[in-house]
Amino acid sequence: MSEPLLTTERLGKQFGALRAVFGVSLEFEPGVVHAIIGPNGAGKTTLINLLSGNLLPSDGRIHYRGQDITGMSPDRISQLGVGRSFQKTNIFPTFTCFENCWLAAQSRRPSSMRFFRPARRLADVEARALGALETCGLGERRDTLAAEMSYGEQRQLEIGMMLATEPDLLLLDEPLAGMGSEEATQVIGLLRRLAEEHTLILIEHDMDAVFAIADLITVMVNGEVLETGSVEQIRNSAEVQQAYLGVEEDEV
Amino acid sequence: MFRTSLTTNLILIGLLVVLAALPPFLGIYYGNLVTRLMILGIFAMSLDLLIGFTGLVSFGHAAFFGLSGYILGILMMDTETASIYWVLPACLGVTALASLVIGWFSVRTSGIYFIMITLAFAQMLFYFFNENTALGGSDGMFIFAKPTLAIGSWNPIDLEDHHTFYYVVLVSLILSYLGLRRLLNAPFGQVIQGIRTNEDRTRALGFATRRYKLVSFIIAGTLAGFAGFLEAMHTSIISPAHLGWHESGNVMMTVILGGIGTLHGPVLGAFAFGFLHDWLQDVTQHPTLYMGIFVIAVVLFLPRGIAGLPADIARWLRRKPPGDGGSPP
Repeated sequence: MSEPLLTTERLGKQFGALRAVFGVSLEFEPGVVHAIIGPNGAGKTTLINLLSGNLLPSDGRIHYRGQDITGMSPDRISQLGVGRSFQKTNIFPTFTCFENCWLAAQSRRPSSMRFFRPARRLADVEARALGALETCGLGERRDTLAAEMSYGEQRQLEIGMMLATEPDLLLLDEPLAGMGSEEATQVIGLLRRLAEEHTLILIEHDMDAVFAIADLITVMVNGEVLETGSVEQIRNSAEVQQAYLGVEEDEV
Repeated sequence: MFRTSLTTNLILIGLLVVLAALPPFLGIYYGNLVTRLMILGIFAMSLDLLIGFTGLVSFGHAAFFGLSGYILGILMMDTETASIYWVLPACLGVTALASLVIGWFSVRTSGIYFIMITLAFAQMLFYFFNENTALGGSDGMFIFAKPTLAIGSWNPIDLEDHHTFYYVVLVSLILSYLGLRRLLNAPFGQVIQGIRTNEDRTRALGFATRRYKLVSFIIAGTLAGFAGFLEAMHTSIISPAHLGWHESGNVMMTVILGGIGTLHGPVLGAFAFGFLHDWLQDVTQHPTLYMGIFVIAVVLFLPRGIAGLPADIARWLRRKPPGDGGSPP
């Protein structure tokens, strides 16, 4: 097996008396689509927030490419090549699509402390921004204000902005949340294409999508890892059925 | 993102031509008033960089305006003439240093706390000068001579001349505006506008947002210091009132009236505010009361300030309902 890209050691996050994440030790292999599933409140988004630096862990360590990144700020983790998309659409609503991706692409310049030369003359940034717009399927919408687009398109833009930062590892927090089935199919196709060149850590409630895209699945319940395995293993695991999949069927 | 339409640019050029042609018709009183309003326009633009383009609502911006004036006063205290070539850099340098220190603490907070901490720092400076009898205490100090542009016996521009000073201020206003425009379209300007719109997302994209906010704070503070330098030169007096919260409140009002996040709006705001106040002083005993009513009316009916007026008129002419409550386009 190859060297893992990202590892967590007994990672934990406590909010007051609530143990949101507890003792999570996982390894994420390069080139693998690793989905994290679990019922609401299982600590999936908290885990992603710990990995991206948006939350400080209460316990444990995180290593990325062998480097300890525990407690690093989100901007430094992003600069290391970890991109993330958010569960709640998190874009610049008053910017056009192009401007959204532009700013994302500009973050890969050595420094943006440049005060005089117009930014629009930076050809490398423009190429990256336009490339990301094409890839996420919004090439036609380049001059539309982000706020004026449909919810699904905004979700696509969210992914486009992440891509414009040229990450190696993508943290995707429910990229399909709230999408219609047609839009979802489109985004699943996009994720499949991204998986060819990137490592993905994916939180998703849509089981069909997870089973279609993921190589590995980790099931979380109450902040802890219940099981990690291939799609087949997870599908057939009695424990998982009982803890998670089974519960959903009962509810239906 | 910062955008200006062709119409706006044409209107601005038209107004500049008017400002440039005006002095012979103004007389001393109105010449001085317009000079002062142009200086306040520079001051207000510097605050717009913070409020309108970085999302930092500073309630202590007058600290830099007044501090720069005091440095000028101190440097001119025991001398009859001084060269502007070292006095101006000294004033701007001290102001930049002060905004670095105040900004370093302030950008660690946000929202209401940022408002309070900037106010607290400004009040500290206010009391420092207010209690300092060597610097005239609450009366402030006179500045008997202006620094000169002379090199040896050759004086290319005589700053003591009212007309000349008017044009020096006008050119300063134009250069400040063009410089800020340039800044907003440069990579730095893109980042701070990202911060204003969505700071979390900007950080997630890999920008150390606090550093950009601090640099924006320093630039805005230094430009306010430049305005304060001109103001102290113009009025020949500097007093604690120049850096009190009242002055900070006035300039914030000017930015809001003129149009937050438009750059030229705050200059228009300074003129509207200044002329209205001047007129009200002649016709009523209670100018402040009517100023208050005016401010409320603008906030209610022109949510995008005076700079949004052309667009609002165009919309009324097309008989569509007015704007969505204030966010700049």
